[in-house]
Amino acid sequence: MRSFSLIDFVSLFAALRWTVALVVLALGFGAPLALGLAMGRISRFAGLRWTMAACIQIVQSVPLLGLLFFFYFGMPVFLGIQVPALVAVTVAYTLYTAAFLGEIWRGGLEAVKQAQWEAGACLGVSAWQQFRHIIAPQALRLSLPPTVGFLVQLIKGTSLASILGFVELARAGQVVSAATFQPLLTYALVAAIYFALCLPFTLWSRSLEARLDGSR
Amino acid sequence: MNFLPLWRYQNQLIDGAIVTLELTVISAVCGLLIGVAGAVALNGRITPLRWLVRGYIELFRNTPSLIQLFIVFFVLPNFGLKLPAFEAAAVALSLYFGAYSVEIVRAGLDSIPRNQVEAGQCLGLSGWQVFRHIVLPPALRNAYPAVTSQFVLLLLGTSLASQVATDELFHVAGFIESRTYRSFEVYAVICVIYFAMAMSFKALFAIIGAAAFRWPRRR
Repeated sequence: MRSFSLIDFVSLFAALRWTVALVVLALGFGAPLALGLAMGRISRFAGLRWTMAACIQIVQSVPLLGLLFFFYFGMPVFLGIQVPALVAVTVAYTLYTAAFLGEIWRGGLEAVKQAQWEAGACLGVSAWQQFRHIIAPQALRLSLPPTVGFLVQLIKGTSLASILGFVELARAGQVVSAATFQPLLTYALVAAIYFALCLPFTLWSRSLEARLDGSR
Repeated sequence: MNFLPLWRYQNQLIDGAIVTLELTVISAVCGLLIGVAGAVALNGRITPLRWLVRGYIELFRNTPSLIQLFIVFFVLPNFGLKLPAFEAAAVALSLYFGAYSVEIVRAGLDSIPRNQVEAGQCLGLSGWQVFRHIVLPPALRNAYPAVTSQFVLLLLGTSLASQVATDELFHVAGFIESRTYRSFEVYAVICVIYFAMAMSFKALFAIIGAAAFRWPRRR
């Protein structure tokens, strides 16, 4: 047993980079997939709409922890080869992000009035251009507050990677707590770091929402 | 891939699912009570109390549920409050759910236009009657979708309780995995069980919602 020292403090902050890396990976892969899901959900083809809805529903009805374990143990079964833990974890967070952002963005796209599409069509604008220049900018504005809100969920969600032994902030907290026998100090510090990371986004999301309200 | 070795653990799986449901329902009820109390305090006139509730909401919504669980389970014993795993998980999840519930309940109450309340008072209804017949029904309907989706998230979130050895479904998975070494199969089955429970609740809530809120919406 040793006392809590500067090195423990540093190791917590060093582990923070993996928390950030997981968030960046999840968004990097998840956001394009979410866009595809959202566009599929408002497609003219009923089959595509239903498939996308089913995919979103499945991912949203399984615990994030379950997704992580499913892909951690499942990737070698599916692919027949061992994959690094980071790959399996990234796949799980990507699907999680895609399902939730996809649903949020679908809401944004559907909130833009149908007449806007029709106005575009009347002006001879192609379907893609209607989406790109008329619908998407308005939908983006509407769905930005919940998107930022989801970002907070994602940051908090990366703490679950600790359970697979991935050394990000929460795991580093467990290690330091076990080494120093100072759970109070350690977990309070870990919570404070998460809080400092999430609060700005929460406040940003709220101010975006307030601004949207005022413009109505 | 071989799912057969899991078959003989069906009783453990059922027991685990029951503990998961118990944990979910207990945390949801306690969380909603916190939500109602918090919403009343937020709309109240006592400023320090409002700050306290604000602080509670921000603190619990901006830190991971897992860390909150660790603090309740590993840190509170230092202060002489040693809770068994299930109780610790229930306390942590109630507080987490409560932080979201306060905002949901308050948003539901705030969604009723002030002039409807005044209209009720003009008709000579008492304060309680105004609340019971004018504010509460539409407030419940407005809050209902948020509460139910939060409930499903809570159901899925109880899987974290496995990390402090609460013997709920996810913990049972770890036990079966250690016996059979069928890691992938176990977690695939667990995911299907959670999926089935989540979908059942969603269907149930949709039916209850359709039956309870039948009056037409104002346009």
